Amino acid sequence: MSHVEVAGIGLHPFGRFPDTSITDMGVFAVQGALGEAGVGRGGFQAAFCGTAYGGVASGHKVLGALGMTGMPIVDVEAGCASGSAALMLAAGAIAAGQYDTVLVFGIEKMPKGIIRSSFFDTWQEEAGLAATPAYFALRAQRLMQTSGVTSAHLAQVVVKNRRHGARNPDAMFRSEVAAADVLASRVVCDPLRLFMLCTPNEGAAAVVLRRSVPSGPDPRAVRLAAAVLRSHLPGPVLSESTPLAGLTDDSVPAASSLAAADAFARAALGPGDLDVVECQDTDAARELLSYEELGLCPPGGAAALLESGATELGGRLPVNPSGGLLSKGEPLGASGLGQVVELVRQLRGEAGPRQVPGASVGLAHTVGRGANAGVVILTR
Amino acid sequence: MPVREGLFTADPPRLVGGRCPGCGAPHFPMRPTCPYCASDGARLVELSPTGTLWAWTAVNSPPPGYRGTTPFGFGVVELPEGLRVVTRLTEPDPARLSAGQPMRLEIVPLHTDDEGNEVVTYAFAPDRGGPGGAGAR
Repeated sequence: MSHVEVAGIGLHPFGRFPDTSITDMGVFAVQGALGEAGVGRGGFQAAFCGTAYGGVASGHKVLGALGMTGMPIVDVEAGCASGSAALMLAAGAIAAGQYDTVLVFGIEKMPKGIIRSSFFDTWQEEAGLAATPAYFALRAQRLMQTSGVTSAHLAQVVVKNRRHGARNPDAMFRSEVAAADVLASRVVCDPLRLFMLCTPNEGAAAVVLRRSVPSGPDPRAVRLAAAVLRSHLPGPVLSESTPLAGLTDDSVPAASSLAAADAFARAALGPGDLDVVECQDTDAARELLSYEELGLCPPGGAAALLESGATELGGRLPVNPSGGLLSKGEPLGASGLGQVVELVRQLRGEAGPRQVPGASVGLAHTVGRGANAGVVILTR
Repeated sequence: MPVREGLFTADPPRLVGGRCPGCGAPHFPMRPTCPYCASDGARLVELSPTGTLWAWTAVNSPPPGYRGTTPFGFGVVELPEGLRVVTRLTEPDPARLSAGQPMRLEIVPLHTDDEGNEVVTYAFAPDRGGPGGAGAR
């Protein structure tokens, strides 16, 4: 059976770049990935571009600017998991024998403040029901009510990720914060404070995937063991599908759990095999919930896992060594591929001051409105 | 005028949902197809105007497209028929609310539109009368 490998990666830093267009950010990332892969014009047979706010033909504009068109170019929107969805489509097409080499990239330039989403009907906006951080807050409160997570734990997640982000030159926030600073930042939606929420921002990431060549394996090659996207099952009221109502059955698995189970099965691996994780930390509670949904800890065990220090750099299973979205910010279309870029750097041993020693299995997780949940597993 | 037709009645205040003929589950807003089991032919039902508070917060700055005042309460109320409804809350101070407390549906002013109409929406308020004691003091 043929495998899919990552032949090259590229990243435009995440942040605010008023003088750089979304297309130019994409060009920067794509050139980086193609250059690493040694792929030029005509060297890839398809391109998938993840973006949620880019608009019509975002991917065409990037490849048009590079004089590299003619192949199918498909823009993919899957909310926070747009990049993961693009990666899934590309990997599936290679595995099916449709293409040998595919370019995957994600680009975004988000407005400041609370994200305005065409997901909501006009009346929902009018009535105040499009208050995205409020949904995060309700989920955080439920986690705190049911599992012993406290405000101190939420602050600890932020302190951890910002400490990691201080070692990442591609992050938006590169300064450490103290728990007291987090707990003194203004309340956005109780119990979530400003520093506990990621910032929607701008950036681009790119990955070249290709069919593994059995004869001469690239010693630097990282294998894509699984790239899965799942949507939600109906029922949970605080699902990322953002329904107006839900049922009281708490046993319905989350979209992230579905995606993780699929990805582990496909890779023939389990949570105990992981060396490093990049997960969705839209807010501090979301990271803790991700621990549970990805099977990194038993249900209700997120606070204990955090307290153990396991998820810090130097711990047993570092989570978000890149600094996570809390340090990098979240350009929706680029964030999932940004995680993949980080994991490839980690697995190659190229992550510098934030390197997880000897990392050989990594998992990337994105989840957001739709619901869309993406889980990617990389190995070497 | 209601922020959207078909969501609720004002007198008496009731949310308008559906009940599935297949799985029996209630849903909101009313849809002809059950969102939980995909059966067709859901029946229109008035949902219970009382419930208990399941989750809550407050929105302190106006979200996109919002036409009302801030801060406002926001949360989930669990109705006795087994439905959890995302809703505005009349109480904007999270510290004055507690898990499981009785709540009652109200139809409340939201804003005055460009033609001068008062637009109303649904919200849940702490039920001072306690369980079954509508408005009793």
